[in-house]
Amino acid sequence: MTTGGLIERLRTGLWKDNPGLVQLLGLCPLLAVTTTTINGVGLGIATLLVLTCSNALVSATRRWIRQEIRIPIYVLIIASLVTCVELIFKAWFPTLDRSLGIFIPLIVTNCAIVARAEIFASRNTIGASIVDGLGMGAGFAALLIVLGVFRELVGQASILGYSFAESGFLLAILPPGAFFALALAVALKNRIDRKPGR
Amino acid sequence: MSDQSIIKTGLTLAVIAAICTALVALTFQATRERIAANEKALLEQSLQPALAGTFYDSGVSESRLVLPSPHGLPGNEPAVVYRVFAEGEPVAALFAVTARDGFSGPIRILVGIAVDGTVTGVRILRHRETPGLGDKIESARSDWIFQFDGHSMGDPVATGWAIEVDGGEFDQLTGASITPRAIIKAIRDTLNYFETHQDAIFLSESSGENE
Repeated sequence: MTTGGLIERLRTGLWKDNPGLVQLLGLCPLLAVTTTTINGVGLGIATLLVLTCSNALVSATRRWIRQEIRIPIYVLIIASLVTCVELIFKAWFPTLDRSLGIFIPLIVTNCAIVARAEIFASRNTIGASIVDGLGMGAGFAALLIVLGVFRELVGQASILGYSFAESGFLLAILPPGAFFALALAVALKNRIDRKPGR
Repeated sequence: MSDQSIIKTGLTLAVIAAICTALVALTFQATRERIAANEKALLEQSLQPALAGTFYDSGVSESRLVLPSPHGLPGNEPAVVYRVFAEGEPVAALFAVTARDGFSGPIRILVGIAVDGTVTGVRILRHRETPGLGDKIESARSDWIFQFDGHSMGDPVATGWAIEVDGGEFDQLTGASITPRAIIKAIRDTLNYFETHQDAIFLSESSGENE
């Protein structure tokens, strides 16, 4: 893969086809955990790890996997990786693990991961699949972090747990606030992408 | 698919399943001890604030006593009691009980009571109250939960164990009255239980470490 192709792949994941903003995949964890910055960072990193490893494994085994059994195999690979990531979080980041709770195991159900396995990793080399996983994972993580910062800032008037005002605009940390924040982010992206003069 | 290709496909699946299982097993082995240590530390650490100002020299988490429902304490899930000792003598007990009449679902609280019947501390273990309103019961969000420290069954008298709007002596929370009511009731019921069952609690054998 050329350097140009590599950068293009990363750009696709981070911006052009961002799994959260454009493909609108994995919205359940995205909306549920982004009440604080640190939650966004934690789930973002966990998803990035799982996505990159699953892309690598799916790509490495693609020659032996028949069409008929590819879905069960993706499920196996993704579920095992998520379990490992969960155990690692429990062992080394126990506080983060507690605040993310059920959403770490629920990465299994993040359709962004199985989508990348099916669309990209099953048809490309390991190197390209890893880059794709990194790009898409980083794109998803970036959106989680942006939403986390925004909702914590507006909803609790604090940043990374340090509050600077008595109380925030409560709606932002309630579930509807998640939809508003995501809608704003999608609208903002579309606004930036629109070519000038049109 | 022919018979032969079914066998081949099955084998592929089996091999990949075995590899995945091995991966999980290895990670589990590598993290098991750290996870167990983390859980124990977390438990001790979460119990400690409810014992403010109490001198003790026993490992709190080892003196666990599980009381299956019905136990006479608030809530109908099993209640957990941790006995606290200093030089072998009982000094306090911690009760993990459930207030069932919260605004959104049960609230699990930890009530620390010294042997003389005064509250050493109350902490919220788990709740789903409204963010920004009912969640002020958390010690990290407001001082509300500290106001019970030092009180006992007779101080204030029974009718005083309520929020001010209900004619009691404790502060309410702006925008939430159901949550404080539920917690105050659970604390009072726990104090009541401690008064009548104190001896039995300290004499019982521990129930082991896992819930």
